[in-house]
Amino acid sequence: MALATFSKVSKVYRPTHGRPYVAVSDFDLQVEPEEFFCLLGPSGCGKTTVLNMLAGFEMPSDGAITLAGKPVRGPGSDRAVVFQGDDSLFGWLSALENVEFGMRMRHVPALERRARAHHYLALVGLDGQEHKYPQQLSGGMKQRIQIARVLANDPTMLLMDEPFAALDAQTRLSMQEQVRQIAGASHKPFFFITHDIDEAIALGTRIGVMKAGPASTLKALISVGLGEKRERADPEYLRVYREVHQMIREEVLKGANRSTRESRAGHA
Amino acid sequence: MRNSRGAAESVPARTATHKPALFGRLLDYWPYVVGFLGMFAAWHVIATWFFVSVLFPPPLPVLRKAAELIANGELPINVWVSLKRILAGFALGSLIGVVIGLLVGSFRTFQRLLDPVVETLRFIPAVAMITVAVIWFGIGEVAKIFIIVYGTVFIVIISTAAGVASIPPNKARAALSLGATPVQLFLFVTLPATVPFILTGMRLAMANAFTTIVAAELVAANQGIGTLLWQSRLYMQVDTVFVVLLTLAVLGFVVDRCFRWAIFTFAHHYSPAN
Repeated sequence: MALATFSKVSKVYRPTHGRPYVAVSDFDLQVEPEEFFCLLGPSGCGKTTVLNMLAGFEMPSDGAITLAGKPVRGPGSDRAVVFQGDDSLFGWLSALENVEFGMRMRHVPALERRARAHHYLALVGLDGQEHKYPQQLSGGMKQRIQIARVLANDPTMLLMDEPFAALDAQTRLSMQEQVRQIAGASHKPFFFITHDIDEAIALGTRIGVMKAGPASTLKALISVGLGEKRERADPEYLRVYREVHQMIREEVLKGANRSTRESRAGHA
Repeated sequence: MRNSRGAAESVPARTATHKPALFGRLLDYWPYVVGFLGMFAAWHVIATWFFVSVLFPPPLPVLRKAAELIANGELPINVWVSLKRILAGFALGSLIGVVIGLLVGSFRTFQRLLDPVVETLRFIPAVAMITVAVIWFGIGEVAKIFIIVYGTVFIVIISTAAGVASIPPNKARAALSLGATPVQLFLFVTLPATVPFILTGMRLAMANAFTTIVAAELVAANQGIGTLLWQSRLYMQVDTVFVVLLTLAVLGFVVDRCFRWAIFTFAHHYSPAN
């Protein structure tokens, strides 16, 4: 049985001034337990809107989202979120205290939560940095704190919203490698948003490609038939890459045409 | 593997806390010392050679007078009376300001309810409220504390509310999806994230409190630094007038430095950007 289900989900933003904007329309998806699902699409296609609705930060305008059969009504500790930027870290808490935060809120005894926090900080390679504050650490290290923070809280599912988009290429590669190992070991489902095709193939067991916005929805679902080792020279890697690249190209062009048409209509 | 990663990502500059020897640090502050001495030197030169008048005493007689007023207890007692008023009014005003500021920043309804009140009353200077305070409370302590509270409260409300409004939404979202309840969100995220704004507001309010207390004591008080100022003017004790002005400058400087030190020591991790 699917763990998370989107059925006919739409999201319409209604600003106080201006026309309503349909971000997502008729979005259907089932996320299976233990899969690493990558949601891929051109920028502005509503990927983050989909994640925010699953996280419970935003409510769908229409349709339903369920997690383990129960409707999603708001944020909860069963769905941990890793954000793109570092503004979700608590700057007044050390790395260790940031990782302990969720357990502290859920009244996990101090000794146990400290031990768990140390364990997960070591797992993401931050042992020795426990007592530093986020602003003393690099971008990659801050994202590691975020990852340790959600893992330590033992969620049912992990949501990641372009967590490595702001990192340099080398750090990004090493983080992807690490997240794949963590995901493999944790047996938890990941819902990972990216606009980077290579990242999606390097991590995902399944990739969902979104159409260009507005009123975006899923264009296609592609299974990635790659095992633990993911080499770019692998024929399967190349096959998936070509297929996804073609789709993204179509959508980017479609989006570009649409916006030129709209700007022309606006000028007329 | 960890080594290579650590090397690639290490951040050297900010974490190193290299403290030079005491003498070296004092050397760093020489422009400060020169600045202070220069101020007194300029005062001395102007008062002795360019603007010679009994109405403008040079620094040395003023310092001698200050020593005299300290020795006979007149200056300390008046300073203490004023400081007590400032601290009482400031503490009460800050407390009220923080509570209201948090409510205004957290709840839209509160903001709309209180906006007209805050945005009109704050333009009535605390000094103007002295008249009302004297009519209502007489010339006792209550009137002075009321005025200081009045002068403090709006500054602290506005900076606290601005602090709450500036918290990045992702901080709240992260806390909620880590399992925080709304009450925990308030206590463990909203409150600490607002601390630097609260302290900055309080620092501004403290400067304001000094201005206000002198004005209030000029008008209606039996004791206090403002009273000392007014009485010395009446008796044309120009030296004493200058002692009071100097005292205000030094007192304000010391209190503000204490505040800055407190902000730096207790709250330097509470940077609003993080």
